[in-house]
Amino acid sequence: MSDIENRRFVPRDRNWHPAAHTPGYKTSAARSPRQSLVSLQTPTLSELSGPDFRHLHMGPHDNDLLLNFREDPQRSGLPIGERIIMHGRVIDQFGKPVPHTLVEMWQANAGGRYRHKKDQYLAPLDPGFGGVGRCLTDEQGWYRFRTIKPGPYPWPNDVNSWRPAHIHVSVMGPAISTRLITQMYFEGDPLIPLCPIVQTLRDPEAVATMVGRLDMAHSRTMDCLTWRFDLVVRGELQTWFENQR
Amino acid sequence: MQQPNAQPMADGVLRETASQTAGPYVHIGLALDIAGLPPREQEVWNRMAGDEAQGERIEVVGRVIDGNGDTVRDALLEAWQADANGEYQPRFDLDAPFNSFGRTAATVENDGEWQFLTVKPGAVALANGRQMAPHISLMVFARGINIHLNTRLYFEDEDDANAGCPIFNAIESPTRRQTLLARREEGDNGPRYRFDIRLQGEGETVFFDF
Repeated sequence: MSDIENRRFVPRDRNWHPAAHTPGYKTSAARSPRQSLVSLQTPTLSELSGPDFRHLHMGPHDNDLLLNFREDPQRSGLPIGERIIMHGRVIDQFGKPVPHTLVEMWQANAGGRYRHKKDQYLAPLDPGFGGVGRCLTDEQGWYRFRTIKPGPYPWPNDVNSWRPAHIHVSVMGPAISTRLITQMYFEGDPLIPLCPIVQTLRDPEAVATMVGRLDMAHSRTMDCLTWRFDLVVRGELQTWFENQR
Repeated sequence: MQQPNAQPMADGVLRETASQTAGPYVHIGLALDIAGLPPREQEVWNRMAGDEAQGERIEVVGRVIDGNGDTVRDALLEAWQADANGEYQPRFDLDAPFNSFGRTAATVENDGEWQFLTVKPGAVALANGRQMAPHISLMVFARGINIHLNTRLYFEDEDDANAGCPIFNAIESPTRRQTLLARREEGDNGPRYRFDIRLQGEGETVFFDF
């Protein structure tokens, strides 16, 4: 474990990520701390270690949302909507691949409706679509999901706020310190700049890290389009000098 | 073409992907049962200690409370803790007696309460010879939380260990340290520790950056 204790990650830039209190995204008003975060100058084993999910048993279609849910196994067919592949690499801030890490995703169906008992949107549920996927990255940090493109949907924030089409993405990375949940948006979507949740970010370059790109080279002829979305997690620094502690 | 990662911060150092809220439907992805979805072959959930786990079996419960004093009913929590001997078990394996990692969520049925079934962690030895008091690292996700909040649960019945813990004492305000103490109760099946997380205002929980 002492190797892990010597680990250091590039500090998280709190001005890059959204602030906790972003009044334009109204729910954040009562859910954001007012006190400052307490900074740990020397992170400990508790922050520098994290779970390894290589022994989590997954089903054969856990990363294939076209096949992993049927409301009625006899009658439900393929999900409705644009068939897509979403793929990319998990790399760290130095470009190093993050192998064998857990990537999880969830999304609305093509009409913008989530299969969640709390979602009451007018658009119908799709009997062939659940909306959840997970996989481990391979040796080079690649992950892949097959799904349908989610639809945009309205939500109560401002009058007439709409979420751009998006897929929620969760990644663990090598330690608790690298834990991250984000959303992938789709390049060219005119709703992206209008969204109060996107607008929680101050820097347009930070928004650009969340925008998946159309990847024609990996699209499948007469089958589906492919979107490329790379995830960058905090970089692990090399420790050249050992401190005596 | 853009992304990796838009504009590097310095030669070769990429920007981290930006965080976004996990949203109100986080359960679809990370807590399927609560969304009403069927379970997959294995799920990552709140039973961190099985029957064979060593140590004192405990239940950890609590609520997440917002700045208005209302319970946050759509919060999702992740836990990371050492075993009863103070060792982390990074290998997540549901066949093992104990897992260091767990997930839970507030549920409407339980009036917004969440729960972990685990063992009391041991003190964690650091390379410099010091010890951290028994603690559970918690990450809090919810609609309205733009980037997850990191906190630590300590135990109120570990006064001596807490007094010597370098992290507990890195919190400058002794008053604020108290926000990290879980209170011991008698549960239905043994000891239960209660830990409410206050996101904002009076008694606001200490959240860490690391």
